[in-house]
Amino acid sequence: MTVLEQSGAYHLAPPPAWRPRRDAAPLLPDREPYRLLGTGAELDDDLLRELYGQLVRGRRFNEQATALTKQGRLAVYPSSTGQEAAEVAAALALREQDWLFPSYRDTLAAVARGLDPVAVLSLLRGDWHSGYDPRETRVAPLSTPLATQLPHAVGLAHAARLKGDDVVALAMVGDGGTSEGDFHEALNFAAVWQAPVVFLVQNNGFAISVPLAKQTAAPTLAHKAVGYGMPGRLVDGNDAAAMHHVLTDSVERARRGEGPSLIEAVTYRVEAHTNADDATRYRDAAEVTAWREHDPVNLMERELRTRKLLDDAGVREAAEAAEHMARGLRERMNQDPDLNPADLFDHVFAKRTTQLQQQADQLRAELAASEAEHVRQDGKTGEDA
Amino acid sequence: MSTATGTSVGTGEAGAQPPRGTARKPATMAQALNRALRDALAEDADVHIFGEDVGALGGVFRVTDGLAAEFGEKRVTDTPLAEAGILGTAVGMAMYGLRPVVEMQFDAFAYPGFEQLISHISRMRNRTRGALPMPITVRVPYGGGIGGVEHHSDSSEAYYMATPGLHVVTPATVADAYGLLRHSIASDDPVIFLEPKRLYWGKDDWSADRPEAVPEVGRALVRRPGTSATLITYGPSLPVCLEAAEAAARDEGWDLEVVDLRSLVPFDEETVVASVRRTGRAVVVHESTGFAGPGAELAARVSERCFHHLEAPVLRVSGFDIPYPPPMLERHHLPDVDRVLDAVSRLQWESEWRSDRGEVR
Repeated sequence: MTVLEQSGAYHLAPPPAWRPRRDAAPLLPDREPYRLLGTGAELDDDLLRELYGQLVRGRRFNEQATALTKQGRLAVYPSSTGQEAAEVAAALALREQDWLFPSYRDTLAAVARGLDPVAVLSLLRGDWHSGYDPRETRVAPLSTPLATQLPHAVGLAHAARLKGDDVVALAMVGDGGTSEGDFHEALNFAAVWQAPVVFLVQNNGFAISVPLAKQTAAPTLAHKAVGYGMPGRLVDGNDAAAMHHVLTDSVERARRGEGPSLIEAVTYRVEAHTNADDATRYRDAAEVTAWREHDPVNLMERELRTRKLLDDAGVREAAEAAEHMARGLRERMNQDPDLNPADLFDHVFAKRTTQLQQQADQLRAELAASEAEHVRQDGKTGEDA
Repeated sequence: MSTATGTSVGTGEAGAQPPRGTARKPATMAQALNRALRDALAEDADVHIFGEDVGALGGVFRVTDGLAAEFGEKRVTDTPLAEAGILGTAVGMAMYGLRPVVEMQFDAFAYPGFEQLISHISRMRNRTRGALPMPITVRVPYGGGIGGVEHHSDSSEAYYMATPGLHVVTPATVADAYGLLRHSIASDDPVIFLEPKRLYWGKDDWSADRPEAVPEVGRALVRRPGTSATLITYGPSLPVCLEAAEAAARDEGWDLEVVDLRSLVPFDEETVVASVRRTGRAVVVHESTGFAGPGAELAARVSERCFHHLEAPVLRVSGFDIPYPPPMLERHHLPDVDRVLDAVSRLQWESEWRSDRGEVR
């Protein structure tokens, strides 16, 4: 007896239980990055002014932080110079109760959200791994392992929804991070759970030295959304108005319970990866020049001047406010942080284990001995003199 | 197979006398774990269970059997098949104040989640100076002896032990399966809860309605008192050690003490050191590979703390330093009673020390 005879009926097509999950067409991104500046679109004057002020301050913050690395006050600084529009718009698109999940390059987004810059720079200064209370600020710690913060955003947003709370999570990642497995797993979980999450990919052209062409063969990074069943949006990442519009739109969509989205902000990392990197080894100066002509701060200044919302005095005023911020930051960062070696053992567990207690005692004894030695040496020096 | 707690002496002060009128009847470790999960879900609305196949199926070992039906899909959730995603979303849920209890389907299937475990779950409390504790319980069926094909029988505890910030807990009795799992879920620290697969169906007399209290995580228990030497063990090797101790008493006249660690982190140095100082001899027994395995740390610590009380070097009986064998050969790999007794026989009972190759020094 053949298999066909055993089973009886015979159909060429798979059984009707199989159906496409949904129509892919509405999920596809636009062909060109979405833009608002220079298009004559109707825009809110106050929002434009606020974005401009934040962009100027953001640029100055990046310059000041980079300068602090040269003075040895920061261990390292991955600058977001050239990406201020995406950073600032991310912070402004959120409501008070929403959460931000930044990567290590997103210091500025946390600062733009109103966090104390010194606390945000704790990781990069090296006095602790994170300097602010995430529950109080609703900003997760800056995440160093790429894309690993994305599933955290999904879990948090999902938990809030389980509790019936109105909370959206905005998770930030770079183009390199989209190659990590955690990016995939986070987007998949978010879509399956319909969690209120927005994924913002800043495509700044490089993962340290590796260009996007070696990172992915996808048509755009925004297209990746379609495979998970969520909409992908392609935006000019240097157009702060467009970024703010698309982010707000996606955040509010998530808030309404319509699920997650993926946004690709097309931008450029104008500076090297960090102060320790040499970008001339892997890219042409001409490319950098071309992007400098599409600078987010200049784009916004031009827009405001065209709309008669800004004049030379206004530009000066914004620059002075930014300088004031930079001076305050510089002064505070020039003070040595208070360090307490006992902290090393206090937060490993809720309660120290016997072994950690032994080690804490050992370190305390070593420090006391070293202190006593200093006192003895100082006393000797005093006698000699 | 029995988990042999009939011979146990210390299930905790509170548990020494089961409440009167409470029926104790044979129960399996899997049933006790299921009951612990059910009671935790019922008592704390923040407890959420999720993982692969934990819903309608009740888990491949049926440990979550019936929980989705009783508590609904929002509390007991089937997830996509992605361990990093499971652990990563658990981090976010814990950040929001929930108490996730997740299941890794098998020991070796937990490895894709190591990034989240090592870089975030174990460090988040420390990173945020206590602002974001991670009250996450990661249940991992582990170890061999069930005839599993490749990737289904690893003893992966050394990886977890080597990661600061994780508690590593492993029950060996039905009462501990319930009690330690409840302690773990209630803990504000992340717990890797290692369930010995081959003890899932071992039975003890136990009362599901009035489960006896057991000592907290971090306390080792003397399961069999003795005077000649101490066997230090945990999880799937406890029944092997108890059986070896009975055989040693019967055949050799050695009175072996058996210490069940119950948790590898925190390590109960006090109980172990007190036992070894009393007996003067010690063997560490586990399934995991020996080289840089859990026994290496335990033997080193015991040697440091008990040197002047020791009559012989601290020996280790472990799995060989090989990838876990195919099922038809696993019996050669797993420490058994004979291998334990052989190690005990080399504890310098005569004046001269013999190495394992029979050399006399």
